[in-house]
Amino acid sequence: MKRVYLDNAATTRLLPEVLEEMVPYMTELYGNPSSPHDFGQKAASGLSMARQQVADAINADPSEIIFMSGGSEADNTAIRGIAERYSKKGKHIITTAVEHHAVLHTCQLLERNGYEVTYLPVDEYGMVTVDQVREAMRPDTVLVTVMFANNEVGTIMPIAEIGALCHEKGVYFHTDAVQAVGHLPIDVKAMHIDMLSMSAHKFHGPKGVGALYVRRGIVLPPLIYGGAQERNRRAGTENVPGIVGMGKAIEMALDGLDEKAERMKALRDRLIRELPERIPEIKLNGHPTVRLPNNVNFSIKYIEGESILLMLDLNGIAASSGSACTSGSLDPSHVLLAMGLTHEIAHGSVRMTLSDETTEEDIEKVLEVLPMVAERLRKMSPLYHG
Amino acid sequence: MYSEKVLDHFQNPRNMGEIEGYNGMGMVGNAKCGDIMQMFIRVNDEGIIEDVGFKTFGCGAAVATSSMATEMIKGKSVDEALKLSNAAVVEALEGLPPVKIHCSVLAEEAVKAAVDDYRKRKAGEAGEAQPEEKKPEEENV
Repeated sequence: MKRVYLDNAATTRLLPEVLEEMVPYMTELYGNPSSPHDFGQKAASGLSMARQQVADAINADPSEIIFMSGGSEADNTAIRGIAERYSKKGKHIITTAVEHHAVLHTCQLLERNGYEVTYLPVDEYGMVTVDQVREAMRPDTVLVTVMFANNEVGTIMPIAEIGALCHEKGVYFHTDAVQAVGHLPIDVKAMHIDMLSMSAHKFHGPKGVGALYVRRGIVLPPLIYGGAQERNRRAGTENVPGIVGMGKAIEMALDGLDEKAERMKALRDRLIRELPERIPEIKLNGHPTVRLPNNVNFSIKYIEGESILLMLDLNGIAASSGSACTSGSLDPSHVLLAMGLTHEIAHGSVRMTLSDETTEEDIEKVLEVLPMVAERLRKMSPLYHG
Repeated sequence: MYSEKVLDHFQNPRNMGEIEGYNGMGMVGNAKCGDIMQMFIRVNDEGIIEDVGFKTFGCGAAVATSSMATEMIKGKSVDEALKLSNAAVVEALEGLPPVKIHCSVLAEEAVKAAVDDYRKRKAGEAGEAQPEEKKPEEENV
């Protein structure tokens, strides 16, 4: 059975070209980049090449890129760093109700430490507006952190507008762009972004490596103390092969970004258009158009998400769900609940996230299998009286 | 994460659906938590469960535990059915992931609720006219 992978928001396939760049940094150029000898200096030049590639991808300066373990560490470093360093300015943070847990749980930690956090509600599409941010601003607001695009429903936030507002008000602005990098054009200068989190394995790079962009002029204390790596901003011997892979992966993602996005959008929109024609009573989650080119998220009424995933998987399709049963908690996705969905509908969500490698055939398989899955599970459901 | 047995019962659920002429019906769980189980039993004059059916809204483990529970009580007396424990259902399914144990508890409760309903109806019959057939509550979803 040919398996169809539609869980690219969870993680992506490492591209062979990326692996090829990485391997020499494990087998031959294995020096520690802090060492002055030739082994070390070769590794160090691999790092600086990757730093340039990552900086170029978002219109930043290489000195503004700090490599670390991934998106969660980047979010933690940015939010906890600002809170620690700039608490004299104020102890109020603005974020949204639909952030990734790496942001939400970090904000909750700060609340326990005397910070006040405003969690902006979202509309039915999972969107916040710049006016909401403006109204929430106070003289003691020190940080605004709003995700670039939502990981579950794909809705793209008005980042450039929020950035301009923060810039005007003199408030630091961080964005978790883990789902956006490699899919959407990003210009940190034009968008007035002070800090931006990214993760390599979301754009066909390796796992365990990511970066935080920190605008020059902002001084963040490190999350991890130790050596002087990353200009004293993140201690620990650099994951050189991972970082080199991240550089290559981001370069490849940006090459032909628009064409790739258009191709994915066409496939995405085919699912968005044709699934409701084949499955009665399903609801698209997220914004119909202002969404990531690779994200499709539907709630299928009367049935539960984990059983949808299981049956899809038994038929060779890998997807994801906001159902509680996939996470081991009782509550379904906080994102879907914040968008106003009832628990029942939120439990029945299925997310399919495409990649550049997704084919028309893959989409046809979903169009064939998912209606069958929905019908079988509905026959079992005491909620369904069709 | 699931045993072969769980996957088998999920893919090929036994006794799925409402049965003809049931005289006991129990529905447990709620959609808020993501699990609802409905159990139908038809008990004969000797107190034996002649036929049983289920409907489930929930995860793979919820479907498998309901399916297994119906197999374990079919042909048994109502008294025996009441002795069905969630642990026995889990064992018959060759184990469940820890976070899914509550599904087996729900299956045990669904059997008890169906037997309870059967007994109430029987007590009612002895008194006055046959009570109206209980329909599952419409969920507004």
